[in-house]
Amino acid sequence: MTTFVTRAPQETRGSWKTYLGLALVLIFSAFPVYWMFVIATSTDAAVSQIPPSVLPGGELMNNLREVFTMNEVYFTASLINSFIVSSVITLSTLFFCSLAGFAFAKLRFPARNALMFVVILTLTVPNQLGVVALYILMGKLGWNGTLLAVIAPGLVSAFGVFYMRQFIGHAVPDELVESARIDGAMTMRVYWSIVLPAIRPALAVLGLLTFVMAWNDFQWPLITLNGTEFPTSMVALSDLASGNYVIYRRVLAGAFVATVPLIVLLLIGGRQIVRGIMEGAVKS
Amino acid sequence: MSLTQLRPTPQHAAPPPKPSRAKLWLYRFDTKATPYVFIAPFFVIFAIFGLFPIVYNGVVSLRNWRLTEPEKDGWAGFDNFSRLLSDSDFWNALYNTLGIFILSTVPQLLAALIIANLLNRKLRGQTFWRIGILLPYLTPVVASTLVFAVFFARDNGMANWLLSLVGYGQEQPLDWRASKWSSWIAIATMVNWKWIGYNALLYLSAMQAIPKDIYEAAAVDGAGPWRQLWRITVPMIQPVVVFTVILSTIGGLQLFNEPMMFDENPQSAGGGSAHQFQTIAQLIYKVGWKDLNLGYAAAISWALFLIILIVAGINATLTKRIGGDR
Repeated sequence: MTTFVTRAPQETRGSWKTYLGLALVLIFSAFPVYWMFVIATSTDAAVSQIPPSVLPGGELMNNLREVFTMNEVYFTASLINSFIVSSVITLSTLFFCSLAGFAFAKLRFPARNALMFVVILTLTVPNQLGVVALYILMGKLGWNGTLLAVIAPGLVSAFGVFYMRQFIGHAVPDELVESARIDGAMTMRVYWSIVLPAIRPALAVLGLLTFVMAWNDFQWPLITLNGTEFPTSMVALSDLASGNYVIYRRVLAGAFVATVPLIVLLLIGGRQIVRGIMEGAVKS
Repeated sequence: MSLTQLRPTPQHAAPPPKPSRAKLWLYRFDTKATPYVFIAPFFVIFAIFGLFPIVYNGVVSLRNWRLTEPEKDGWAGFDNFSRLLSDSDFWNALYNTLGIFILSTVPQLLAALIIANLLNRKLRGQTFWRIGILLPYLTPVVASTLVFAVFFARDNGMANWLLSLVGYGQEQPLDWRASKWSSWIAIATMVNWKWIGYNALLYLSAMQAIPKDIYEAAAVDGAGPWRQLWRITVPMIQPVVVFTVILSTIGGLQLFNEPMMFDENPQSAGGGSAHQFQTIAQLIYKVGWKDLNLGYAAAISWALFLIILIVAGINATLTKRIGGDR
């Protein structure tokens, strides 16, 4: 490493050691997902083999058939439910958060800063805190055990408003908004024809992150949907893994199916997700 | 922000026609009311499903609220909270939560720092590496924990096989779930796996903002890469380090998915046969939805909130001190 002493790290070219280090990190990151696939394609005997087998077997279809036909797990329905929940939450978050973000970034109104401060404050509240009362509230509304109970709390996010405000502040020039107003455009029209086209990249980032979080959410769906015929895929997986005798090739075939949509998202939108996180995305 | 290309401002040759009275009124209404209409959906939905539950949770924690015995509903004063202080399950869960938290946060952030330092170089396939290390962040914890459960299985698990290669556990394979320390390590491994790449990207983005001439000056003074990392990079990205420490504290103390799914019977929410890895979030779930005592579960939620505030405060102060000493 001594050869680098005279150069700043940013200008350092990665040496073979850098690539070796990163390759190890990548193997560490990818191995559990790969191994999920291996077990999903294996027989019982192959799963418990010593030394472990690291090559896929030929039993994927067989294991999948078992997962999808298992009684009282509702795996097929759970995948559809997860798609419904995640899509509705994503679309709603994009719409409402970009509306509010636009108002906070470009419109002038009394109490604007105070209200924005409230948004930022809500970012820091742990969601765990209200889970008991949320359950009671959903009970009063009669929504427990339905997808509504999972969707409703996810419809908006404080982080989404914050992120959209930041982006719109940079991406949409004030003069553009003002000249459109002078031409007689209503605010809604400005949002629709000027703001929305300009923030497509931010919508992609926020949309991807929101979808991933909604898809992976476990605790609240478990509380409200457990034991019903409408689980999300994460709740169905926990059902699959419960019981006296767990068949791992079957459980991990299910886990793999529930992971595939996110791997596809990473392949399509990986670049946007990386950018979103590096611009300061917040977890959970 | 990279996005600066926008549509050209529409140019009108003729001045707009004189607006009618109704139009003027509409215009005024639009200016005054629309901003509130735009922010209202967020605030209304958040007030109902975010804020109200938190406030109401305080009310619930002061009541007897058992789903099994609705006739006993009523004010309980601080009974739920005094019960908490002498509840060994709660203290055990707090101990487990803090133990797993330390085992997962410290290695996680150190590894993230080193990986970010590797990524902060001229690299071939830059985007490929960045996307690659994000795979754990996207993978559902419920799914990945099931893989780790196989990895850490007592019989024929890969972890035990690796240990046997170095001569450990030949006569008696390690039962990872059975004791506190081994189950904590297993769970902490899962948490570390999930969050290292994410934090590395946060650090990387802060590192890219450090001016290069600082490193040049340090290099002239004879500071090697390792020294540069600790003496320049870490203090310069300190705000992001504090940010990640606070995020990890908030997330880590609410740990739920990993201990749930690591259990031999996830639906029991027991956190092992003797609660050896039951976290506070798991205890809330068990008390609320297995014992059906919502009042007490709400009280534990408040305690957890308080603990998060305290630990986040301590950690933020510590991190500021570590980064600031020079």
